[in-house]
Amino acid sequence: MAGFVIRRVLGGIVILWLISVITFLLFFLVPKVLGSNPAILFAGRSPSEAAVAGVTKKLGLDQPIVVQYWHFLAGIFTGRHFDAGPDKTWCPPPCFGYSFKNSEPVWQEITRALPVTISLALGAAVLFLLIGVGIGILSALRRGSVVDRAAMTVALGAVSLPVYFTGLVLLLLVSYQWRIFPNIHYVAFLDNPLLWARNLLPAWIVLAFLYSAMYARLTRASMLDVLGEDYIRTARAKGLPERTVVGKHALRSALTPVVTIFGLDLGSLLGGAVLTETTFGFRGLGKTSIEAISTGDLPTILGVTIFAAGFVVLANILVDVFYAVVDPRVRPT
Amino acid sequence: MTARPEPSAAAGTAAALVDRHYLDVRDLRVTFGTDDGDVRAVNGLSFGLERGRTLGIVGESGSGKSAASLALMGLQRGRRTTVAGEIWLDGENLVTASPERVRSLRGRQMAMIFQDPLSAMHPYFKIGDQIIEAYRVHHDVSKKVAKKRAIELLDRVGIPSAARRVDSYPHEFSGGMRQRAMIAMALSCDPSLLIADEPTTALDVTVQAQILDLLNDLQKEFNSAIIIITHDLGVVAEIADEVLVMYAGNAVEHGPVQEIFSAPQHPYTWGLLSSITRLDRTRSDRLRAVPGNPPSLIAVPDGCPFHPRCQYANLAGPATRTERPTLETVAPGHRVACHLPVEARVRIFREEVAPSL
Repeated sequence: MAGFVIRRVLGGIVILWLISVITFLLFFLVPKVLGSNPAILFAGRSPSEAAVAGVTKKLGLDQPIVVQYWHFLAGIFTGRHFDAGPDKTWCPPPCFGYSFKNSEPVWQEITRALPVTISLALGAAVLFLLIGVGIGILSALRRGSVVDRAAMTVALGAVSLPVYFTGLVLLLLVSYQWRIFPNIHYVAFLDNPLLWARNLLPAWIVLAFLYSAMYARLTRASMLDVLGEDYIRTARAKGLPERTVVGKHALRSALTPVVTIFGLDLGSLLGGAVLTETTFGFRGLGKTSIEAISTGDLPTILGVTIFAAGFVVLANILVDVFYAVVDPRVRPT
Repeated sequence: MTARPEPSAAAGTAAALVDRHYLDVRDLRVTFGTDDGDVRAVNGLSFGLERGRTLGIVGESGSGKSAASLALMGLQRGRRTTVAGEIWLDGENLVTASPERVRSLRGRQMAMIFQDPLSAMHPYFKIGDQIIEAYRVHHDVSKKVAKKRAIELLDRVGIPSAARRVDSYPHEFSGGMRQRAMIAMALSCDPSLLIADEPTTALDVTVQAQILDLLNDLQKEFNSAIIIITHDLGVVAEIADEVLVMYAGNAVEHGPVQEIFSAPQHPYTWGLLSSITRLDRTRSDRLRAVPGNPPSLIAVPDGCPFHPRCQYANLAGPATRTERPTLETVAPGHRVACHLPVEARVRIFREEVAPSL
C-alpha cells in the first residue's frame, strides 16, 4: 500500500512537471512563433523600441527557451531575482514568476486568492454533498414516488441553468431587491467568521444548487444500480434489517463512484470557480486568472495554471488511494 | 417483535396440523404489476415438502420457478408485486405474517443459495465477515464466537485451511469455492428449509457434482428440507426425491423422482426429458426441443396453458382450449394436470416417447 501511494505521488509529480513544461511552452513559445514579443506586454503601454529591448534583456527573454524554463523551474525551489522595475526585486521561493502588471510575485497573488477559493469550494462542497447525496439516496429508495419525480425534475432544471444566470438572479434578489445580503464582499474567516459565512452563503447556494443537482442524479443512479445487485438480495436473504441492507451493503458500494467524482470536482473547484467568483466579485483563483488573461499577465496565468493543476493531480491521487482502501479488488498486493 | 399467528389462525393451525406438510404452499400467486398489465409469474401453485426431503423444481426460464422461491423467502421486489395464497412453514403462514417476522425467519429457519456466487457476495467485505454477519443477525454472540463458527462452517463445506481463508475476499476464491462459501453462509443458522436457485449453473461439471454431493451430505446431517431450482434434469436426477415441473407459473406434474423419469405423464415433461443429451446412446437423430416459446405471462392462454405447444392437444378434447386442468393424482404422490385421458398418456409415453429417450 505504501509503495502504491509513493508510486502514485511520483506519477503525480511527473504529470505536474509535464504540465509546467507545456504551459511554459505555450506562453513563451507561441508569442515568439506568432511574432509578438512578450516583452511588449510587460513594458507598458506603447513602449519605445529601446524600452522593449531593455525589458527583453532584463527578463532574459533573449535567452534560449530551455534556459528560461530552467530559471523558472529553479525559481520555484530557490527563488530568483527580477530586475524589470527600477530596483532589483527578490522573488522568494516558491517563486512561480513575477507579475509585472501587479508588481508582485505570482505566489503572493496566489496566497491572497487561495483562502477565498478554499472558503468558496469547501462551503459549497459541504452543502452539495449533504443535499445532493441525501436527495439522491431518498429518490432511489422511493423510486417512482412523488418525491423522486419532483426531485429529479428540479435537478434536471438545476443542471441546465448556468451559474452566471442563477448567480445573477440570486444576487439581484437577495442583495439588491430584498437586501438580505447587502454589500457582498469577501471577509477573511479569522477576521469575522459570521460575516465570512454571511457573505459567502449566496455563492455557496449558487454553486451547491448546480452541484447538488448533479450529485443527486449521480447518487440516485448509482444507488439504483447497487440496489438491483445480487449481493443486496443476498443481504436480505440473510435476514438483515433493511437499514443494514441499505446503510451498510448498498451505500458503501453506491457512494464509491460518488466519492470518486467528488474528489475530482473538489480538485477543480479548488483551482478556482471562475464563473461564481466573477459573478460575486470574489478575488479567488478563478477571478485572478480571468483578470490575468484579460490583461495579458502571462506570469500570473502560468503560475495559477500550474497551481490549479496541482489540486487536480492531488485529488486524483487521493481518489486512487481511496479506491484502493475501499475496494479490495483494486487493492495492490 | 414476537408476532405470533393471529388467534383465529392459531386455532385453525391446531386442527389442520395433522394434514399440513412442514412446508405447505397452497394456491400461491405472485403477480407483478407492469405498464403492460399484470404478469402472473406464479399462478396458483400448490405443493408440500417434509424435512429431510429434496424437491427439484424444473421448468423453462420464465416458468415462475424463481419468482415462487423468492416469494417463499419473502424477497419479492417492487411496490407493484403482490403475493397471495398461503405459505405454511412449520405451521406458520408466511403470507400473512408481518414483514419483520418473515425477516427474522429469513436466514435462520429458511435460507437461500443463489446462482452466481460471484455477484451474490458483496465484493467489498471478507467472506468470513459476511458469514459472521449472517450468524450474528440471528444470534446474540460476540464477533469472536461468530468467527469461530464461520471457520467451522467453511471447514465443513470443504474450504481448505479455513482459518486462513476466512479473511479472504470473494474475488480471491474460485467459482466452486465461492459457492461452497455461499452454502456455508446459508447454513450458518441451521435452516430447516434451504432453497437453492440454480446452485450449479455457473460452475463447471466436476465442481457441480461436488456441490451436489455436499448438499446431499449436509441434508443428511441437518435434516433440512431442500428445494433445488434448476432447468437441468441431470441435477434433479442426482439429488432430488421429488420433482415439480412448472409451466407458465403453475405445476403441471409433481411426483417422486423415479416416477417422473420412468413414467412421466405430462406432454411438457416428455418434452423436457427428450431434450436431455444422452452420451450412452448412439446419436440416432437430433436432440428434440419443445417446439414454440413459453407463453406471455401477461396473457396466459386459456385452457391448458401448454396447449398451443402440445403435439397431442387434439387428442385431449375441447376442454383443453377452454378449461384449465387441475392436478389429479394418478399414482401415490404423483399428480398431473392434463386433459388427455390417463390411458392415452400412458400409451403415448410407452409407444411414442419412451423409445426415443
